[in-house]
Amino acid sequence: MNSANYLYLSALLFTIGAVGVVIRRNAIVVFMCVELMLNAANLSLVTFSRINGNLDGQIVAFFTMVVAACEVVVGLAIIVTIYRSRRSASVDDANLLKR
Amino acid sequence: MTSNLIVYLIAIPLFSSALLLLTGRKSNNWGHLLGTLASASSFGVGAYLFTQMLAQPTEERALTQKLFSWISVGSFNVDASLLLDQLSICFVLLITGVGTLIHIYSISYMSHDLDRRRFFAYLNLFIAAMLLLVLGDSYLNLYLGWEGVGLASYLLIGFWNQKPTYATAAKKAFVMNRVGDLGLSLAIMIAFASMGTASFAGIKAAAPHASTATLTAIGIMLLLAAAGKSAQFPLQAWLGDAMAGPTPVSALIHAATMVTAGVYLITRSNFIFDAAPTAQLLVVIVGAVTLLFGAVVGTAKDDIKKALAASTMSQIGYMILGAGLGPVGYAFAIMHLLTHGFFKAGMFLGAGSVMHGMNDEVNLRKFGALRKFMPITFITFGLGYLAIIGVPPFAGFYSKDMIIETAFNAGGIKGILLGSAALFGAALTAFYMSRVMILTFTGEKRWDDEAHPHESPMLMWLPMAILAIGSVASGFLFTRGDALVNWLEPVVAPGEHAEHAELLAPIVVSALALTMVLIGISIAVLMYVRRPVANVAPENVSALTRIVRQDLLQDAANEAIFMRPGQALTNTLVVVDEMVIDGAVRGVGAIAIGSGSELRKSQTGYVRSYAALILVGAAAIVLGIWVITQ
Repeated sequence: MNSANYLYLSALLFTIGAVGVVIRRNAIVVFMCVELMLNAANLSLVTFSRINGNLDGQIVAFFTMVVAACEVVVGLAIIVTIYRSRRSASVDDANLLKR
Repeated sequence: MTSNLIVYLIAIPLFSSALLLLTGRKSNNWGHLLGTLASASSFGVGAYLFTQMLAQPTEERALTQKLFSWISVGSFNVDASLLLDQLSICFVLLITGVGTLIHIYSISYMSHDLDRRRFFAYLNLFIAAMLLLVLGDSYLNLYLGWEGVGLASYLLIGFWNQKPTYATAAKKAFVMNRVGDLGLSLAIMIAFASMGTASFAGIKAAAPHASTATLTAIGIMLLLAAAGKSAQFPLQAWLGDAMAGPTPVSALIHAATMVTAGVYLITRSNFIFDAAPTAQLLVVIVGAVTLLFGAVVGTAKDDIKKALAASTMSQIGYMILGAGLGPVGYAFAIMHLLTHGFFKAGMFLGAGSVMHGMNDEVNLRKFGALRKFMPITFITFGLGYLAIIGVPPFAGFYSKDMIIETAFNAGGIKGILLGSAALFGAALTAFYMSRVMILTFTGEKRWDDEAHPHESPMLMWLPMAILAIGSVASGFLFTRGDALVNWLEPVVAPGEHAEHAELLAPIVVSALALTMVLIGISIAVLMYVRRPVANVAPENVSALTRIVRQDLLQDAANEAIFMRPGQALTNTLVVVDEMVIDGAVRGVGAIAIGSGSELRKSQTGYVRSYAALILVGAAAIVLGIWVITQ
């Protein structure tokens, strides 16, 4: 099967994730969209690894997973804390950091 | 020959000055004694060195002492060295001798002043600086002393600076001196640039190879320096106001020593002026103009000190004139300088004594008949008076006659003009000095009831008496067997001196001068003895008198030519500074603030908008890379 198809899929997934981050308000959904983008990037890395015939891309993909796991822990903790204090999980409500 | 003693001439008063300034009030009780002792020790060292010089043959008399290597950069070396030659020793003895007498006088004169210690500290500082000025063996060393005496003069003119007018007078003197100092520094720079040295010996050796234009430039700059320090036209306006200082200061600094530094500078630079006829011509013009200017100003002054100051200016004009006449004139200029140091210092001290007895009154019109109350002051002042107007056999007769005679013999129209100016100056001198003498000591008493004139204590009249002896005898001693001329010859007129054709025989010149003096005295007697003197200056006087009373409009001229345009320039620069330079700075600030407040609006606080911006930005970068690499 043509490797380029994986890259098209990766691009599609990344676009869905990016659009989701920009247009959705719910923090959990935004968060999931971020995960989607990370995994789209992972898919690209693995694909490139296969195209080039070495393991570099796959190693980087592992790093991405580790970082994503950490990010999930911290991000969810922040979202839960914000929800507790403001009774809302909408990212638009957390807009104090301006001007 | 070298000598290790020269440095003590300067070091002793300098150390005393530093000690008196640093110990503060603790030395109030003995400060004046230390100051006087320091000056006297310096005189002792000077006298000892003089005897050492006398013991040497003529050509080996100059003593030198290298202190340390001052500046050493590549091929450019300046040593801090002292040179005591036949010319310097004259000044050393005058400065320390007259200086010591004036220190003694000041002990009594300043005894009621709370700051007497500080006064003596400044006097010592002046002595040290003035000695450095005359002992330096290069223009740079001289410059150090030159600035030092300027500082001491400023501090002492403004000694009573609680009076704003006195503080202003000090500032005026300082600023006008700066103009002259600029000339000296430029002269040194030109000498460095063209000859690579600043030492007297080095420039003397290099001068014959230098172009006339260079030497003329150096000469004119040196003349500017001399005019500033010696209150010569056109930088003469500060001397009258400098009388704001205590009278001993006027006697020491503004009559006997510091103001004659310009004459020293020109005489010391004889190798430059002799090779630059244009500069030398300017020197005689400045001298002749100033001697008439000062004498004319002196005729209308009612303030005894200011009358003496105008006279000082005029007498220094004579010296500058003498120094400008070339090798034949230098020795006479120095001779007049020395005799003037005696009689003018003595007369200033006499004026101080009169003021001391008259509640610090300086107005001549409020004196009168003081002869009976202050006999010693009258006699010493009178001897100084006879000396300055040039009555034989007093000192001024010898020295001034020599200058008039040399001026007449300068050759051609120049000689006749200069000689006539000097002769006319002699008549004016006789007139204004007789006026001072008559108004102060003779006639009816015109003082206020609260004045109780009395003779000054011995500490004051003794220095006056010694200076009076100098005014009587010095001229005779200097001219006996051409003593001073021969003594100075190795410095100022090495080699053959060209004999000028004599226009007038010496006896004729003396007769002419005496006639002029008699005319001057007669006019003064007619005006101030035969007619009653008002104790306020009359108002209904001619326009000429009015102008002379305003110092021939010197301040008005300075204001119109320098001050107003200077202020206009300054104001323009202020406007340019505010509009253009500050405007640019403020503009940059305003742009930063404005763009910042506009850009701030993009910070909405919405995470989604930030994410969108990052996305767009990343996409733009990728697109950009793609476009470039295609």
